[in-house]
Amino acid sequence: MTVADLAFYAFSTVTVAAALMVTLSRNPVHSVLWLILTFLSAAGLFVLLGAEFVAMLLIIVYVGAVAVLFLFVVMMLDVDFAELKSEMAKYMPIGLLVAVILLIQLAFGLGAWVSADGAMGLHQAPTPDATQIDNTRALGLLLYDKYLYLFQLSGLILLVAMIGAIVLTLRHRRDIKRQNVLHQMWRDPAKALEMVDVKPGQGL
Amino acid sequence: MGFFATGLGTAVLLIGQSLLIVAFVMISLLFLVYGDRKIWAAVQMRRGPNVVGPFGLLQTVADALKYVVKEIVVPAGVDRPVFFLAPLLSFVLAILAWAVLPFSPGWVLADINVAILFVFAASSLEVYGVIMGGWASNSKYAFLGSLRSAAQMISYEVSLGLIIIGVILSTGSLSFGAIVAAQDTVYGLFGWYWLPHLPMVVLFFISALAETNRPPFDLPEAESELVAGFMVEYSSTPYLLFMAGEYIAIFLMCALITLLFFGGWLSPIPGIPDGVLWMVAKMWVWFFMFAMVKAIVPRYRYDQLMRIGWKVFLPMSLAWVVLVAFLAKFEILGHFWARYAMGG
Repeated sequence: MTVADLAFYAFSTVTVAAALMVTLSRNPVHSVLWLILTFLSAAGLFVLLGAEFVAMLLIIVYVGAVAVLFLFVVMMLDVDFAELKSEMAKYMPIGLLVAVILLIQLAFGLGAWVSADGAMGLHQAPTPDATQIDNTRALGLLLYDKYLYLFQLSGLILLVAMIGAIVLTLRHRRDIKRQNVLHQMWRDPAKALEMVDVKPGQGL
Repeated sequence: MGFFATGLGTAVLLIGQSLLIVAFVMISLLFLVYGDRKIWAAVQMRRGPNVVGPFGLLQTVADALKYVVKEIVVPAGVDRPVFFLAPLLSFVLAILAWAVLPFSPGWVLADINVAILFVFAASSLEVYGVIMGGWASNSKYAFLGSLRSAAQMISYEVSLGLIIIGVILSTGSLSFGAIVAAQDTVYGLFGWYWLPHLPMVVLFFISALAETNRPPFDLPEAESELVAGFMVEYSSTPYLLFMAGEYIAIFLMCALITLLFFGGWLSPIPGIPDGVLWMVAKMWVWFFMFAMVKAIVPRYRYDQLMRIGWKVFLPMSLAWVVLVAFLAKFEILGHFWARYAMGG
């Protein structure tokens, strides 16, 4: 067994175990922490596949930013575990029903799956040969040269979603005091301060 | 040399190299803390540490010993595993990034081609030490402190990343070796990236201050008014680990500035040989800057910190990325911005 094999088994065992712990742990904050471990070991698997750029992006974007937001939200929630448990027993049959239906649908979908003749060949050579070109450059060529319009279009969709969220939630309240930063910055001690020579026993 | 070609030999070699880097970082750490206090004291016309050892040089060793032999106080109701994992995580992640930092051509533990992303990933993970520490302490002050620090670290990471992208665009590579090689011109120190990327050097330095929670952005600790933020419940060795991680992260930022903008191991004057000493000397010069800022700049207010992060630094660095992309693509001023076109 080579070092790469050992590393693969180590990373995949940790991924599966941590993913299990995400669902099994009682404390939601622990769940998110296990989820982060899952992301990290998945990034390790990406490195083993030779996709180090994707691995680093996974860590920077998902672990460094998205999971932090998860953690923020979960930590702020005041979860009552006893109530949660009693509710879970109540909804268990419906949950099981939904799960079984989903499973059957998946089975239907996968059973009817027919792949085109050339599909497997395309699968194996999606990017230029990894020995000639590093995968950062290969991804860049695909995203910014070959599929430029699709890439820009997906960016546009995200922008629309972002603007939509801002428009839905933004409201300008006129009844509160706002700070004007430029006004604060240009404040001049000569205009804001007044030096008074207070005589003893007299006051102002 | 036959032994080092075998599997066992490679393992021994790697462990030896790793220990060498950890030793370098830890010995630097001792003098970083000492230097920080000495510089701070000199600015305020005090003497600073001057009792333990000659010139007080062993003060940090004495402090470290004191921390280690103190009792570890664990408050009631803490989440024990997470409480102790948090300082360990901060410390380990701070050291982790040094694995890909080169000190001289070939003097690097792991020469990976996404090295700069690796450093960035490791430093973006450091926020977890802060969040976990604050949450696990089971204290409102520590929790609020950790939320404050985490928001700060995430905000400034964005502009740090964009500034790094500018340098990557100029170089055309994500590896530190290529970035330093691209700064190796006949003009000596005027060929380094600080000149073509001048505004971003300032932004990077300020963002690095905020990212590492240094004054004037030390809102996470602010010991005089905010009772040390997320670290308030920590004592003894766990506290020592947090502090050590923080100083190592600062030194890492010094190394990053040196590599990205000040030519790494290149000598400033053509003709003088390059080498690891230049690299270390430049890192110390930048650490001097960090210490001076701590001594002379008053602390920011939290809303001001957030405002300059999101409303000033982010748009400026984003605009700079677009600008550099055009300057490099159309080779304005020859190879001034487009170093990748030099054939390097």
